[in-house]
Amino acid sequence: MATVELTDLVKQYPNGVRGVDGVDLTIADGEFFALLGPSGCGKTTLLRTLAGLEAATEGFIRIDDRDVTTLDPGERDVAMVFQDYALFPHMTVTENIAYPLRIQKVGKAERADRAARTADPLSLGQLLERRPAQLSGGQQQRVALARAIACHPQVFLFDEPLSNLDARLRLEARTFLKQLQRRLGVTTVFVTHDQAEALAMSDRMAVMEAGRIRQVGTPREVFQRPGSLFVANFIGATPMNLLEGDLVDGRVDVGGGLALPVPPSHRHLPDGERVVWGIRPEYVGAQGPEDADGDVVAGTVAAVENLGVTVLVTVEAGGRQLRAVLPEGLEPQVGDPLGLRPQTDRVLLYRADEDGALIEP
Amino acid sequence: MPTASPAAEPRPGTDARPPDVGAPAPARTARQDQDVAGLGRGRALGFVAPALVVIGIFLVFPAIWTIYLGLLDYSLSGSGAKEPVFVGLGNYVEALGDPGFHRSLYLTLLYVGGSAVIGQNILGFLLAWYLRSAHRFVRPALTILVLLAWILPGSVVAFLWQALLDRRAGTLNAILDTSGQAWVLDHPMLVIVIFNIWRGAAFSMLLYSAALNTVPRSHLEVARMSGARGWQQLRDVVLPTVKRHVLTNTLLITLWTFNDFSPYLLTGGGPNGASEILPVYIYREAIIGGDLGYGSAISLLLLLANLVIAVFYLRVLRTKKEDAA
Repeated sequence: MATVELTDLVKQYPNGVRGVDGVDLTIADGEFFALLGPSGCGKTTLLRTLAGLEAATEGFIRIDDRDVTTLDPGERDVAMVFQDYALFPHMTVTENIAYPLRIQKVGKAERADRAARTADPLSLGQLLERRPAQLSGGQQQRVALARAIACHPQVFLFDEPLSNLDARLRLEARTFLKQLQRRLGVTTVFVTHDQAEALAMSDRMAVMEAGRIRQVGTPREVFQRPGSLFVANFIGATPMNLLEGDLVDGRVDVGGGLALPVPPSHRHLPDGERVVWGIRPEYVGAQGPEDADGDVVAGTVAAVENLGVTVLVTVEAGGRQLRAVLPEGLEPQVGDPLGLRPQTDRVLLYRADEDGALIEP
Repeated sequence: MPTASPAAEPRPGTDARPPDVGAPAPARTARQDQDVAGLGRGRALGFVAPALVVIGIFLVFPAIWTIYLGLLDYSLSGSGAKEPVFVGLGNYVEALGDPGFHRSLYLTLLYVGGSAVIGQNILGFLLAWYLRSAHRFVRPALTILVLLAWILPGSVVAFLWQALLDRRAGTLNAILDTSGQAWVLDHPMLVIVIFNIWRGAAFSMLLYSAALNTVPRSHLEVARMSGARGWQQLRDVVLPTVKRHVLTNTLLITLWTFNDFSPYLLTGGGPNGASEILPVYIYREAIIGGDLGYGSAISLLLLLANLVIAVFYLRVLRTKKEDAA
């Protein structure tokens, strides 16, 4: 039962690099919160600062209104699961799970009891006497989780918890981890570079870049309405269509004779403004080339990529490229003429400056 | 509830483990059998032969010669040198009953135990531990100082220590204001033990510095997050990880210290044999006393002692390895 509150948090290294650069963030009680970003964006540094493994240079960290900014990691009542699980190879599963309890001077019998009770629902009951080297990757991960759970912390911190699992196991572990967090109801912050993981698991997520948080929101919000060009570029299994152009008569003229439609809410914007027109390929449909009514981009198919159930089709028109994810059964050939119709209400407009902020209606 | 059924998971050992653990041996054997260089047995032997000859002349032959000498009543000069008498195990029987040998053996154990097993081991570890977090100017400076003690020639080092401990003009007496205190005469064993700790700690420091780098950072962080203090981290994470390094290091410095002759440069084995460790005893018996046969016999006993120690350590090391696997 704990909220986590970060205020103006800065982590500056001795060489002047700011791993975390002024982060303000409130994570609600019981929330499953993801920190997402490309490598080197500071997400792990932020997590480690929260854990107390790195000392904050400026700002405050509060857990449940308790200022923990300068406390030792062991006094913050948080537990961390490391990317490599960090199981002690010389200890059995029981000893590993009960290690924090041992440091807290919990008696041996109670330690074993609590370790067993934590391990059981994680399907580790039969493995308590084994050493980590005798476990599979998935089992090792669950032991690391059990160690975090056994001491009943206020906050869980997961550092890339799934990245050491193979692809198929990762999907299972994802579901499992989400159910586990739901059942325990403990506030959880996890770091990942895998957007699919963040989108699938988190209640809310923050997208980070260069030590700063670029957007905070539910996965749906972040996916459907990326708050900036950076987030728009970063999020999404297929890259978002982003074309720069000028606003002319309620359309975006991106050159090459293409005037792309703008959602009704944005038609009041002044002419001549430089914007970036964006839409996810998922929100672009196919239409016969003959049915041109102004909103349809007619061109020729330049590339076709099979994504399994769907195909990613790149259409070239007037020297510009537009990508669409089309359903099964509609598989045009390269060179075919094809019209694409963007769903106008899904179109997003961004400022064509350095920040690339989303233009709100 | 975990959705992953145990059967669906990869077998133990297929992932998230260091590749060296449980690696199949046959692949290596197969590679060993291949003639990688393509020389053929004859020519390959030709390349190795010069080294083998040198080793044979300077290592193997003297060792066998020592065994042979140990069976004779062989002296450095006089009739014993001209016509040595075969005495069989006589030298060994004499040594095992000789109080001088007993005392020397006892002093050697004291010397090895105090200066190497305890002294260099602990000081080297502490230095390595401290250097990890030392200031970036302190670290190289201290490392160089410690290394200097190790790499300076024994004669130079002995002179430095004589200057330090001298009764009348010694540095130590000047610092402590204890003029006239004869350190070497009053505490000969203590002096050579401290001397050897000082001189040899560098090796342990280097080895432990490397060993400490193998301690995964995340393991230490787990301990920190659990609230473990410094000594608890040492006990629970660091020592179990570097345990095998400790054994290897102890084996090496034990053997070296057993055969170490440099205390002779400091005390000459005296006063009155009070610091006469085995190598010094052998030197006195064989070279100064001229009784080469007897000296050779004791040399062989020393060699056997080394062998026993080495086998003991290696056996412990092997059990540890099996434990880890």
